[in-house]
Amino acid sequence: MKTFRLGGVHPAENKISAGSPIREAALPKQAIISMFQHIGAPAVPVVKRGDTVKVGTMVGEPGKGLSVPVFSGVSGKVNKVDAMLDSSGLKRMAVVIDVEGDEWEESIDRTPDLVRLGDRPDLTPADIVAKVREAGIVGMGGATFPTGVKLSPPPGTKATCVIVNAVECEPYLTADHRLMLEKPDQILVGLQLIMKAVGVDKGYIGIENNKPDAIRLMQEKAAGIQGIEVVPLKVKYPQGGEKQLIDAVIGRQVPAPPALPIHVGAIVQNVGTVYAIYEAVMKNKPLFERIITVTGKSVSNPSNLLARIGTPMQQLIDEVGGLPADTGKIIGGGPMMGKALLSLEIPVTKGSSGLLIMNDKESRRATPQPCIRCAKCVAACPMGLEPYLLAKLSKAAEWEQCLQNDIPSCIECGSCAFTCPSHRPLLDNIRVGKTTVMGILRARAAKK
Amino acid sequence: MSKLTISLSPHVHSGDSVSRNMYGVILALIPALIASLWFFGLGSAIVLATSVVACVFFEWAITRFILRRDTLTITDGSAILTGLLLGFNLPSNLPLWIIIIGALVAIGIGKMTFGGLGQNPFNPALAGRIFLLISFPVQMTSWPVSGQMGYIDAETAATPLAIMKNAIKEGNSELLDKLPSSIDMLIGQTGGSLGEISALALLLGGCYMLWKRIITWHIPVSIILTVFILAGIMHLSNPVYADPFQVILSGGLMLGAIFMATDYVTSPMTGRGQIIYGISIGVLTVLIRAFGAYPEGMSFAIFIMNGFTPLINHYVKPRRFGETAK
Repeated sequence: MKTFRLGGVHPAENKISAGSPIREAALPKQAIISMFQHIGAPAVPVVKRGDTVKVGTMVGEPGKGLSVPVFSGVSGKVNKVDAMLDSSGLKRMAVVIDVEGDEWEESIDRTPDLVRLGDRPDLTPADIVAKVREAGIVGMGGATFPTGVKLSPPPGTKATCVIVNAVECEPYLTADHRLMLEKPDQILVGLQLIMKAVGVDKGYIGIENNKPDAIRLMQEKAAGIQGIEVVPLKVKYPQGGEKQLIDAVIGRQVPAPPALPIHVGAIVQNVGTVYAIYEAVMKNKPLFERIITVTGKSVSNPSNLLARIGTPMQQLIDEVGGLPADTGKIIGGGPMMGKALLSLEIPVTKGSSGLLIMNDKESRRATPQPCIRCAKCVAACPMGLEPYLLAKLSKAAEWEQCLQNDIPSCIECGSCAFTCPSHRPLLDNIRVGKTTVMGILRARAAKK
Repeated sequence: MSKLTISLSPHVHSGDSVSRNMYGVILALIPALIASLWFFGLGSAIVLATSVVACVFFEWAITRFILRRDTLTITDGSAILTGLLLGFNLPSNLPLWIIIIGALVAIGIGKMTFGGLGQNPFNPALAGRIFLLISFPVQMTSWPVSGQMGYIDAETAATPLAIMKNAIKEGNSELLDKLPSSIDMLIGQTGGSLGEISALALLLGGCYMLWKRIITWHIPVSIILTVFILAGIMHLSNPVYADPFQVILSGGLMLGAIFMATDYVTSPMTGRGQIIYGISIGVLTVLIRAFGAYPEGMSFAIFIMNGFTPLINHYVKPRRFGETAK
């Protein structure tokens, strides 16, 4: 079975919510729509206090440069436009809406009917890309890179295939898994739309083989479609990393930064993003809701919820039986790359793939011991780096040496710290070095 | 709700630990330990117990009274392991006071002077053994014949390595007829340091460590293969050099290749680096055994290559992702 070639680890999967069908989360009383839901320039609020908005109304227009619009996930009155706490731990610009009813924009097609590619022969590649941009779609696996940009390869590059990232290699998370089981046809149409938009005739769907039901179903559904292949993958973290997935599926490795996946001809889209593209293009529905796994060992009813963007996390926790008494840490995302949240008032954003509640015992790190140079971090690193060395150089502020040892290639997957027998905070140290080195590189580029 | 913990990812850990690895190696030494007790009886038990107790004591005493650290490191298993490995490299009739000096050098000079676990450039057990070998050459090279259960006054005899060395010196291949059979050498029915004699038991431990992923194949396989190939070429070109099977089964080769050279702290960090390190140890071992003053070259070869480990780490980098991009 296929997988990526360098490094990797296998954390306990803990997919305890896999059997729980997607259900709609109740509407919150108040929604907080952040302007910082994507990589790039923040959106700019276009509503003010007292304005009435519907579900799907644009509340933030794209900022300058790399940016996307932001839509309201609820209907009601704008309470304020103010800085609010978000998952970054900072207070940043958001539109706060007092929810009244559930009134949708009339332009949205709310019927459950499947619209196939053949039903819309009028669609041109440019139409599809434009629709994706207008709908505010970003990478929904967590990276939140504007999808419209990814669908417009830079001049001089040519896409040869589209790869759907349905790996969901983060432990605990099952949102993508459930989506495939419940919306397989829509995903396939979404993939066809992307293939048409970028002009390729080959599409892959990479799924780890801990989801055999999803593999079977997608294979069945894709059987009649020309050019689409489901690729079962051996379970290994971080297979959902874009570069690792490309290596696993088509056996090509993207060169070191600044090279992009398009340099080996691949365009990778998370399966949730593919579904959002289907809804945007075929149902005229901008991105204002998403599926989020709310889970944890002490959670009474681990679930996959369809939540409106802007819903505070507290609301989702109430949906799954309330916050367990032994809660020690709340993570936005999965346990390998997710962020520990400061508060439950933080809202759902376009990139929220999971909400993981860890008990007090799981939340604490063991005391670090001296490095015993066992080289397990080197063997685990999926980028072929030397984490022990980068951590040491970062601590010593040896930025030039960090750069020479390829610190910008680190994808921050955490395999090194996960595997370290001495419990050393390798990735904490490396992040400091990487951030500093990237800053130095930007400053140098600006000088030129 | 109590206060929330805020920390950076990853939020989960494999559960691996330093002591899990150390005790894993100790567990892997058990077959060889049993073989040693079987062939050397009381002598082996006394030497090993002294070595382990002395190593743990010196680590505790140095941490407590010289470094004045409060953290207790003796429970991590590394001092016990050093004690066991040092003992494995000693003859079973060695006087206690020599063993204690060896333990002091191993832990005191080999490990703690550099700052303790993870900081030492050279394998502490080897440092102790080499110090004793140079300081007490007579006691360190009078190996009891296996099968004697007592501690002192044991009957000693030439080891396979001494027989091989003698054959080379005399240029007479008939002297090699005195070697024990390969089967005896595999099982351990032969003279030598108390833990090195049974290649089979050591290989069993090696397989366990590979299975538990405590070590990787790179170092032991590259050492054993290199020695086998080189010894094979020499044997074919001149029969005064022993049969390559007997060469890899003799002396400290298996103990060195599986347990000493694979020491985490003192061996290279990448697979390619480990292969370079292993091949170099193999070449040096064969050269020292054939042309050096000592019959055994394994400890010196590992010790020398320990010194090259930082250099190997500096020049031999892992294959970066995308380096082989098509």
